[in-house]
Amino acid sequence: MIGTARQQPAEAVADGPAGARGRPWIDIARWRDLSLVPVIFVLGVIGFIVSPAFLTEDNLIGVVQQSTELGLLVLGEALILISGRMDLSLESTIAVAPVIALWLVLPSHGARFEGLGLLPVWTAIPLCLAVGGLIGAANGFLMLKLRVNGFIATLGMLTMLRGLQVGIAEGQSIVNVPESFRYLGKAEWLGAPAAVWLCLGLYALGGLALGYLRHGRALYAIGGNPEAARAAGIRVDRITWIVLSVGGMLAAFAGILYTGHYGSVAATQGNGWIFQVFAAAVIGGISLKGGRGTLFGALTGVLTLQLVVNVMTLGGVPPLWNQFINGSIIIVALIISRYASGEKQD
Amino acid sequence: MVRAEGVVKRFGPTVALDHAQLAVRSGEAHALVGRNGAGKSTLVSVLTGMERPDEGEVTFSGEPAPGYGDTAAWQRRVACVYQKSMVVPHLTVAENLYLGRFQGAGRIRWRALREEARALLGEYGVDVDPRTRAKDLGVEQRQFVEIARALSFGARLIILDEPTAQLDAGGIDRLFTKLLELRRQGVAFLFISHHLQEVYDLCDTVTVFRDARHVLTAPVADLPKEDLVVAMTGDGEGAPGGASRAPVRVPARAPVTARKADPDGEPVLRTEGLTLEDEFAPLDLVVRPGEVLGLAGATASGNTAIGETLVGLRKPGGGRVSVRGRPVRSGSVPHAIDAGIGYVPEDRHDQGLVLGRSVAENATLTVTDQLGPYGTVLPSRTRAFAQRMITSLDIKTSGPAQPVSGLSGGNQQKVVIARALAREPSVLVAIRPTAGVDVKSKDALLGVVRDVAAAGSGALIVSDELDDLRVCDRVLAFFHGRVVAEFGSGWSDRQLVAAMEGMTEPGTDRTTDSTAGGTEDRTGGPQT
Repeated sequence: MIGTARQQPAEAVADGPAGARGRPWIDIARWRDLSLVPVIFVLGVIGFIVSPAFLTEDNLIGVVQQSTELGLLVLGEALILISGRMDLSLESTIAVAPVIALWLVLPSHGARFEGLGLLPVWTAIPLCLAVGGLIGAANGFLMLKLRVNGFIATLGMLTMLRGLQVGIAEGQSIVNVPESFRYLGKAEWLGAPAAVWLCLGLYALGGLALGYLRHGRALYAIGGNPEAARAAGIRVDRITWIVLSVGGMLAAFAGILYTGHYGSVAATQGNGWIFQVFAAAVIGGISLKGGRGTLFGALTGVLTLQLVVNVMTLGGVPPLWNQFINGSIIIVALIISRYASGEKQD
Repeated sequence: MVRAEGVVKRFGPTVALDHAQLAVRSGEAHALVGRNGAGKSTLVSVLTGMERPDEGEVTFSGEPAPGYGDTAAWQRRVACVYQKSMVVPHLTVAENLYLGRFQGAGRIRWRALREEARALLGEYGVDVDPRTRAKDLGVEQRQFVEIARALSFGARLIILDEPTAQLDAGGIDRLFTKLLELRRQGVAFLFISHHLQEVYDLCDTVTVFRDARHVLTAPVADLPKEDLVVAMTGDGEGAPGGASRAPVRVPARAPVTARKADPDGEPVLRTEGLTLEDEFAPLDLVVRPGEVLGLAGATASGNTAIGETLVGLRKPGGGRVSVRGRPVRSGSVPHAIDAGIGYVPEDRHDQGLVLGRSVAENATLTVTDQLGPYGTVLPSRTRAFAQRMITSLDIKTSGPAQPVSGLSGGNQQKVVIARALAREPSVLVAIRPTAGVDVKSKDALLGVVRDVAAAGSGALIVSDELDDLRVCDRVLAFFHGRVVAEFGSGWSDRQLVAAMEGMTEPGTDRTTDSTAGGTEDRTGGPQT
């Protein structure tokens, strides 16, 4: 169903340049951001038909809550992709940042997980964000200073950081999470989980930055043509570095929300998510080549993925098939994006 | 050996070759000269079977040319040594020589391969160890290896595309020695060069192309340099076609603006001893308000590198740049832009534009700090700014929101210029500002550059296009990184082309000792 709904924009783009120049382009460009909205709507209708439980408040809030952690990773990845880079290590950051933060603040005696107790407990959240930022900065160092291949460098980081987490937490989940660290993930504000508001707020901030800040606009130029950006006086390396750090911090923040939501840092937290992250970003219209896409599109990509899973669960598709379906969606999305962007390239 | 007749090749609406003809005899050294866009490269593509001609016929020793796509058959007849290397850098010389045609079935016998390679190189007197990796070879050795490879395919016609551009005098000398030797074995050469002196040193026959047409073919000995340059530029009688196009608008513009340039004003741009190793020698430049200075030079003459150094894309090896008396930090684009240097890059697709983004975004890329408070960029101001640019430069677009990929070449270039002018620079550095745009846009673009100067700024045009240089008040001609001539406003095409092609005035000849007489005793190949 996603396939057929997405077919239309692809064809419309194909017709665009062949027909009149100018006007249609603008309309298509606008429409592209919204192209997943009808898909989400269709998924809603299907969900309603499949199960009466779909349109209940509990179910919908559940879907949105589950979208927040993935959504924050996608937000970080989208910013990085728009500026023409990629970071695979985000899926490890979501786990290793909370683990390191908790390791530094938890007391060294008395619980199953023994920390170092070096710093007061209230520093856990700032520490977690700082660790995320540092990981992003380390990725930036590898890519921008040493000029190694970003894909392999962050793939190495992914494995290394997962190993670091397993080493520190001794392969176990950390359950004695301090209350302050849990609050954001489980609190409810105005009838919805705080995480949802925070996630929406960060998306709005990101969207505003991309639309209205000069350094935000610069991401599109850097991703679209780094040489042109450099020749126009944009500090390409510096901005890319900042974006990578921000991506790491967002992943760390996703880790805080996830930990609060489930009350513990699971040993496998975030494991394998990076594929979903890329899938959501690509379905949402973010170009893997950089320079194209919007955060709104990315957000609809996340919601689409989560809704598909939810509808299938409610429709009685055995959970064991989830992985298969997820993979198929990623492939379908890639094919669509190939055609949607392939037409536009010259 | 090879004969091409009535060859026509069109790329869309442009005619790249218009009934071109060329004939190279066995053992001949034939020069093919012409300015950029004359159709030389297209002819080479046709002769090497890379492009299929729309009309006309190519024959090799009387037989019709192999079918299009039959690479092996083409390779047995003709080979081209390009400026860009065609060898695989990480493989050894031996592997490169036999790439895709290893002898025997089954596994590769390395020892035998090396021996064969050694024998092959020896046969042509190339002194290179076959075990060397191709990337470790110098330009000169690499060319020898490529020539040897071409010959080993059985080709007896070798096309050399600007083989001397990256060689020093000694290397050129050894290359010429080698070529003379091979000619005695019956190998013919088609020699493409921007360096006319070399044509006289090496070749027997020269063919001139201009505007996609064959202009003349003559023995080099019977053709004075003067006449050769005239044939290339079409400046003068006996050259039908392009003669009328150039001089028309020159008198109208040049004197008017020359008067405006203020000889005593504080220079808008000054360089002192600016230099970059392997690119250009220490250079002192002064551009005064109202002046348009041209830096003329062919590919690899260093003029492009000077432009890129001025705008901070390259870090100079030494020297200073100052704008309106204030020093500019070198090697940093943001500092150069802040200091008031506007930049129109050489290739708008590479460095000029973010193709997928809108006209407004591209035009305001350099001024994002002026479009709103506290680092914000307000869409309304961006649109207004872009709209002003669109109006003042007459950019043909459906509106500021149109992606630049949908614009024509001329209008895309205007967007690049808009971007450079957005900060109202003190000096505009434009590298080949009219490359690939139509005649009308060309006039408009050059008019904009003149207007910038008329408003009290300076401009620097880096180009090899005579039309670009014609709007300059003063032109410096570069060759091998050095200024070889300076012209006021009254130069003729002939003089400038001669200077750019490295044909110096009598008495100041280049030091290259490449005369044919002394080659007999230098057959030992390059010294290592």
